[in-house]
Amino acid sequence: MAQLRYREALNAALREELKRDERVMLMGEDIGVFGGAFKVTAGLLGEFGERRVRDTPISENTIVGVGVGAAMSGLRPVVELMTINFALLAFDQIVNSAAHIRYMFGGQVSVPLVIRMPQGAGHQLGPTHSHCLEAMFLHVPGLLVAVPATPADAKGLLKTAIRDENPVIFIEHESLYGIRGEVPDDDQVTVDFGHARIAREGADVTIVGVSRMALTAERAAETLAQEHGVEAEVIDPRTLRPLDLDTILASVKKTNRCVVVEEGWPHGGVGANLAALIAEHAFDDLDAPIARVSGADVPMPYSKPLEDIAFPHEPQIVEAALVSLGARPAASGAR
Amino acid sequence: MSGLPETEAAREWLETMTLIRHFEERAGEMYARAKIGGFLHLSIGEEATIVGSTRALRETDYLVSTYRSHGYALARGTPPERVMAELFGRVDGCCGGHGGSMHMFDIERRFMGGYGIVGGNLPIATGIGLASDYTGTDDVTLCTFGDGASNQGTFGEALNLAALWRLPVVFVVINNQFGMGTSLARHSAVTDLQRKGESLGIPGTRCDGMDVTATHAVIAAAVSQVREDRRPVLVEAVTYRFRGHSMADPEEYRTKEEVAHWRERDPIPAFGALLEGKGILDAQAREQIDRAAIARIDAAVEFAEASPFPAAESLYEDVYVLDQHARGAYH
Repeated sequence: MAQLRYREALNAALREELKRDERVMLMGEDIGVFGGAFKVTAGLLGEFGERRVRDTPISENTIVGVGVGAAMSGLRPVVELMTINFALLAFDQIVNSAAHIRYMFGGQVSVPLVIRMPQGAGHQLGPTHSHCLEAMFLHVPGLLVAVPATPADAKGLLKTAIRDENPVIFIEHESLYGIRGEVPDDDQVTVDFGHARIAREGADVTIVGVSRMALTAERAAETLAQEHGVEAEVIDPRTLRPLDLDTILASVKKTNRCVVVEEGWPHGGVGANLAALIAEHAFDDLDAPIARVSGADVPMPYSKPLEDIAFPHEPQIVEAALVSLGARPAASGAR
Repeated sequence: MSGLPETEAAREWLETMTLIRHFEERAGEMYARAKIGGFLHLSIGEEATIVGSTRALRETDYLVSTYRSHGYALARGTPPERVMAELFGRVDGCCGGHGGSMHMFDIERRFMGGYGIVGGNLPIATGIGLASDYTGTDDVTLCTFGDGASNQGTFGEALNLAALWRLPVVFVVINNQFGMGTSLARHSAVTDLQRKGESLGIPGTRCDGMDVTATHAVIAAAVSQVREDRRPVLVEAVTYRFRGHSMADPEEYRTKEEVAHWRERDPIPAFGALLEGKGILDAQAREQIDRAAIARIDAAVEFAEASPFPAAESLYEDVYVLDQHARGAYH
């Protein structure tokens, strides 16, 4: 085990997979000479050369489409998009091509492509660089969606993504690049898709946290324990597709209460989807309505105090858990 | 006449053009009889462009086309039975009934797809070119797209990247004079389409897409150049579709006289007459080619009719490749 930052863990995963498999190659804006906008690919151009680590023009839709074509004809490309908002320029290739090619061509070909991108607020980048759009990708059959919250998961899930035969939307979080954590050194260690991480065990309430919100939920759980005597079970799904619904349902069966926390928008979001699935499969286990904590239903504002209240923090999660436990009166729902 | 192939090849070109023509005409009839659903884009009139370009390729080269994809699949060698069955939405269709008219595909013959989004295929062809370059083969990718697609962002983006990375892609713009119902002069600021790659340093040439030997000569030269130089080129094939954009097209954007004028240049009788004039085929042989094509299309329709619809249980097949490293619910 080594103490690595999240970005270093991603870098290690890329380095190991580039070494392991000659077919793996990287493409993206400023990933080479510049080392990546968030330095995830630092040093890889020097180590692997121009053939395998390619700076691209600013052409998101084409970069992804080139990745699709290369993946269809034998390579295992990893495309970096500088932020998740830029992925919207590539939505045609992501949805109409990457996600659907295998199905529409009757299974004759697969698209083993990884598209990495960071999301998330907190850096005052305003309404075109800060959103959390995992729900848009989760919506599309044919895509897999990974949302690592820890350095170990960042490494292990990225290695799995590169080895998987399906197109994978790999969503990193801008605010997590600098966090440190224990990461296995062994280049054979991967983290399976569809296998949730139980970040904290508890019997009173289940809190499902997505992406960075898994960590915020863990801190909220500590506060619940120390200040309110409530033992929360915190679950990080790690991948939204495939989804480890069984682990979530088993937890709800034990706690009978559930809070779902996401940073993205509430309408048609990941939380709405999880709440629907839990209600469908575990209605009889629930002693209280499923609570959702989400980002505010607004484009991300620039001004610091506004940005700060536009995405969830620990106190909102604590509050939602207490409401779910009947220890607080219910406020109005997500809006 | 330059570029006229050997006798056997000349016969095969005429056979393939004739096969495509009869296939498309029959598909139109089957559409009218509701055997085929959705949109149906026919390439009647464009057969010389299809055969002239595909015959410039080796078997190991890649072909990427558009939503007007039946003719390219047939020219690449996909059996008409499989293409017709796909139009009928049957299990024996080349994509098992998942794709339909706009999305033919045949991995064995390196026909890398029909694509339903205008301009969406250019980045994919560029990526296939990247894979050829990366793995050190001398395979070439030929990518066709319409005049309308030359206005999409992907045209500039993909050509730029292919030129920048020196990828072996022949971009062929099929100028059939219309982006759906909007004429070239009304949709493109530059109507000399072969010049549209100039700002990216991509040389352009043009061929008469109604003349199979001329098309073949120009595209074969382009393919050799790309194979040799590892740099993309742009070829404009000037052609015309005799039928509407799709079957749902009242054709109010062009005159009957204009269509009649182009029909006089019908590439199939023109090439047949040329071969007859050269003494390569006699009238009887031409007649025989026509009858054989009709018989083959009869068989294709019979095959498609006999093939079952996909079973309901197959609805979720081929959405994902299931992996041992993945658990949980995919859907």
